[in-house]
Amino acid sequence: MLLKGSARKTKVVDDINTDYIISGRYKFKIQDPYELAKHVMEDLDPEFYSKIKKGDFIVAGRNFGCGSSREQAPMAIKYAGISAVIAKSFARIFYRNCFNLGLPLIECDTDNINDGDELELDLDAGKLKNKTKDFEVAVNPFPQTMQTLLNDGGLVEHFKKHGGFKL
Amino acid sequence: MSQTITEKILAAHCGKKEVHPGEFIEADVDIVLGNDITAPPAIKEFEKFGIKKVFNKDRIMLVPDHFTPNKDIKSAQQVKEMREFTKKYGITHFFELGCMGVEHALLPEQGLVYPGQLIIGADSHTCTYGALGAFSTGVGSTDMAAGMATGKVWLKVPEQMKFVFKGKFNKWVSGKDLMLYLIGKIGVDGARYRTLEITGPAIDKLSMDSRLSMANMAIEAGGKNGIFIPDEKTKQYVESAWKSHKDTKHGKALYYSSDADAQYMSVTEYDCAEIEPQVAFPHLPENTKPISKVGKVKIDQSFIGSCTNGRIEDLRIAAKVLKGKKRHSDVRLIVIPATQEIWQQANDEGLFDIFMKAGAAISTPTCGPCLGGHMGILAEGERAVATSNRNFVGRMGHPKSEVYLSNAAIAAASAVAGQLASPEDL
Repeated sequence: MLLKGSARKTKVVDDINTDYIISGRYKFKIQDPYELAKHVMEDLDPEFYSKIKKGDFIVAGRNFGCGSSREQAPMAIKYAGISAVIAKSFARIFYRNCFNLGLPLIECDTDNINDGDELELDLDAGKLKNKTKDFEVAVNPFPQTMQTLLNDGGLVEHFKKHGGFKL
Repeated sequence: MSQTITEKILAAHCGKKEVHPGEFIEADVDIVLGNDITAPPAIKEFEKFGIKKVFNKDRIMLVPDHFTPNKDIKSAQQVKEMREFTKKYGITHFFELGCMGVEHALLPEQGLVYPGQLIIGADSHTCTYGALGAFSTGVGSTDMAAGMATGKVWLKVPEQMKFVFKGKFNKWVSGKDLMLYLIGKIGVDGARYRTLEITGPAIDKLSMDSRLSMANMAIEAGGKNGIFIPDEKTKQYVESAWKSHKDTKHGKALYYSSDADAQYMSVTEYDCAEIEPQVAFPHLPENTKPISKVGKVKIDQSFIGSCTNGRIEDLRIAAKVLKGKKRHSDVRLIVIPATQEIWQQANDEGLFDIFMKAGAAISTPTCGPCLGGHMGILAEGERAVATSNRNFVGRMGHPKSEVYLSNAAIAAASAVAGQLASPEDL
């Protein structure tokens, strides 16, 4: 799978919690995921959603997605048109929720990626190319469990396809 | 091979002799939990599977606790969906208002979670039950849906970290302080994806309420699970819960422990003599300071309650501090016993009399203000000291409000002083 898009990186990069990803002001009120997506990362950058082009990447630092177990955070990201999140590390409940919803997460050094950089992510070859800065980093392949979940489009689709766990 | 308690429980739930950190397993779950925020989306996902029954109607726990008593139409609808699902599938454990409590205080008290189990819950603080020597972890609504359908969950076996507490406790220190201290040392991602096994001679002396309060905050260090080796206290706690609820149909508790030569990625020792009551400053639980170093921080509200510190031990401590005193005229004091039984007990012990005379508002059980839900929201620029577990930006209300996390003694003393304070300062 080859994903292409621009990096979307906020000024705050570390410990971006689920309340920052989607504020509690909206997450309990809005059920339509496309409406929810319009408020993604709003408290960090009110213009964040309007800058996203379909296929873009969220780029962040350490411990992205810490906090709540609620799936509104990965949903808001997915339905905003983000194709993958690239960060130094992810909080664990957020991590599993993303794969369960079919949103890929990439762990790698992100210091050299700036907001607006053009990126190309080749999930099969395990390579992330920064076209703006002309460098390439190797990306660890996903464990089989994650790969299967992504290929099937998330846990619900996986379940519908196989009638149970076939990870 | 030598194994830790966590590895043993995971192995026993996937039919293996042993498991290793990094390994992916498909495990059988004993308990699947959801609340009024996370269960409705899980129910929606469950219905998509197109199956006619849940994996086990006695092993699904549905607790409407976050916005109950229903604060608005939206929350009333959410609880209604849970109630309808309960009836449709014959779920045994749906906790209606009047027997409802904050989920992580409620399930241990009811004897529904116990040693040796594997528990998943669509709530990040599901890690609380590790205090009983169970493997317990927070998941999302999709995992909850799959868990309700199949009784299974996919898990990566976490790396194992061990924390050993030694030495004597300082005055007014409870489990909460040991945990805030630990998080202050290792940071909010210090145990990311990992197990925190919490042990040592000081832990042996801790009450079950204090252990539950510690395990509750494992997620605030990024942990997958926090776990305590079950001992005689654990056994007494669980058996007395079964007895008082006349529960004769419970399963068998399994008291695992870690092998002496089990492998850990790190072993850290802390001396309790160095641990004062702690306060976590905004906006992360790792921003801890000992109470002697907090300086002058005026507060507008003090909240005593939540799944971290809304248990009877916390209310007794708060009452001890508040007895014969009044809240500062600028401070709103909110006390929320975490469950109906704790409420009843606090009432029977005369604690409410002390709280009322101190000028507190006492509420029926709810998560309420902890997550900025209802029953004590903060306005712009306001500060609260709270016995809960999270102090992120806007957690209890306005994005420009602040939350300071502490134990019940500090929260009570601060309510009297009008600023962050120790009972020793009053």
